[in-house]
Amino acid sequence: MSIPFFGSVLIASALFGFGLSYSTMIHPEVVLSFLRFDDFSLPWVMGCSATITMITYQLLPRLAGKPLFAKTFRAHAATLDRNTLVDAAIFGIGRGISGVCPGPAIAGLGAGNWPMLISLVGIFAGSYLHGRVMR
Amino acid sequence: MPELDALFPMGIAHYAIGGLLISFGVSYMFASTGLVGGMSTFSTSTWSFLSKASYFNRDTFTTSRNWRLVYAAGLILGAAIWQFTVGDTFVTQVGYGQLLLGGLIVGFGARLSNGCTSGHGICGLASFKLPSLLAVLIFLSTAMIAANLVKILGGF
Repeated sequence: MSIPFFGSVLIASALFGFGLSYSTMIHPEVVLSFLRFDDFSLPWVMGCSATITMITYQLLPRLAGKPLFAKTFRAHAATLDRNTLVDAAIFGIGRGISGVCPGPAIAGLGAGNWPMLISLVGIFAGSYLHGRVMR
Repeated sequence: MPELDALFPMGIAHYAIGGLLISFGVSYMFASTGLVGGMSTFSTSTWSFLSKASYFNRDTFTTSRNWRLVYAAGLILGAAIWQFTVGDTFVTQVGYGQLLLGGLIVGFGARLSNGCTSGHGICGLASFKLPSLLAVLIFLSTAMIAANLVKILGGF
């Protein structure tokens, strides 16, 4: 854990935030218009993004023994159980009501879309509630 | 191409360019730190700074909370750079009640399913995770139902 490590996280997420903004996914209106079948934006952005990411996730661990500034490559934590599916369903309801998601909400703040603060208050409250219910 | 225009009335290039930039960020993150990032754990791991409740103080949150905070700061930085260079100011017209209620439900649901749109939709799919594919299909389905219901009920 060092300056190169955290500096890399910052550079990576700044690119992420710039890309999210450029794709207009930070606008709830655009997400809602996809969810209401008016355009095909979200899966197209997600697909473009996942394709390149897929290549790096598959190739890098084979080509390089370890990341530049850490000991090991991590894996995605997805598990298949009832909780995953039920919570995905709950998550989707919230996403559909507001058009908001954690990443775009945070990035939206940086782009001056200040009502995202309201959603972030909700997100933090929801996480807290969840943590207390789950223990 | 009339078909493309129908699918993408707002144009298609900015979605592709934005998506590619996101993948460069996520890929650089993996190459430099080995981390696989979604954003949905951030709100939970940040609670571990403030709450002594055992759930928030699991290793998975306390060991990742620092970089997740930096990750969130970077998102804000990147979006701000976009706004000051090529972007324009945009303030959402979605109602405050919708934003708050939706956020609350998103925050509650995102955690246990191990991911959100970026976590499952980009990182999970890119890792060939079947649970992520199922999660994406499920949350997009319920989101479509909710978004259309809200519109029928007179919401934004």
